[in-house]
Amino acid sequence: MSLIKNNNKGMTVIVKTIVKFVTPPIILFGIYIFFHGHLTPGGGFPGGVIIASAFILLTLAFGKEVASQKLKKSTASLLESAGALIFLCLALAGIAAGGWFFVNFLPKGYPLRILSAGFIPLANIGIGIKVGVGIFAVFLVLAIFRTFVKK
Amino acid sequence: MWQIYSLAFLMIVGSLVAVHTRYLLSAVISLAVVGLVLCIAFLYLQAPDCAITQIVVEVIALIILIRATGAERDVSEIKGKKEIFAAETAVIFIIVFAFFVFRALSDLPEFGHPLMKVSGEYLKEGLKQTGSANLVTSILLDYRAYDTLGEVTVLFTAILGAMIVLREVGRKKR
Repeated sequence: MSLIKNNNKGMTVIVKTIVKFVTPPIILFGIYIFFHGHLTPGGGFPGGVIIASAFILLTLAFGKEVASQKLKKSTASLLESAGALIFLCLALAGIAAGGWFFVNFLPKGYPLRILSAGFIPLANIGIGIKVGVGIFAVFLVLAIFRTFVKK
Repeated sequence: MWQIYSLAFLMIVGSLVAVHTRYLLSAVISLAVVGLVLCIAFLYLQAPDCAITQIVVEVIALIILIRATGAERDVSEIKGKKEIFAAETAVIFIIVFAFFVFRALSDLPEFGHPLMKVSGEYLKEGLKQTGSANLVTSILLDYRAYDTLGEVTVLFTAILGAMIVLREVGRKKR
């Protein structure tokens, strides 16, 4: 509540209230999309973009400062690099496990369970983190640049 | 295996030249050499779709970089022996390129002859081989994982470029 009252920037109270209720389900839906990438349509890329859209919604409704508190730009670029590195390390781990680049070295498990398909869910998580945070970082950078030009 | 090592060595040499050269245009062109060798490496690894994307992106990036660096000012005219050298280099590169294209494409089936052969194989064996119920994901992250890695790299580079070009720190105040 303090978030809504103490901040005059951004949009009206109606928009802020609705965004406050809507943002957590959007983030949860994005996480669902990239955790179930090997079972249902979706995967790391769309899941990440959904999460980024939630943060962009926060930025639009509450202004740049509040969204930057939730996810700083330095943290965003760190997480983005981490996501890319997760994916690359998974690919390289195939060589360490005695196969080749991108060999699916983890056990396959039973189909249609969440712990199946070897390293594909892990790769989806890495791509999801990378895409989501990266697109949000680009948005933040563009927003900052626009205010810079206005000065 | 030695082919891929020599290509990697050529790429490293190209990037070293790009870092250490004095002229912007030379840096941009040696960067393009790295991209071209990477394209040949894709052909050698039998990923022609990656190679096509790589060559197109590389050419466009080269044009944009040359325009962006304003490097047309220090273009010196090439005459005499250097012209012959340039022609020889072009011919050698075309031959190397054709060799790897032949290596990569000779194993592919005839154009359109066994219809949906590869896709049918994926549809039949996908679940058994990867354990992923979503076939698109099994293709993106298992059969075609190189493509996804390239896509992630492209996105990473784009975001890096946007953050560097539009940064606040280090910008001169007017």
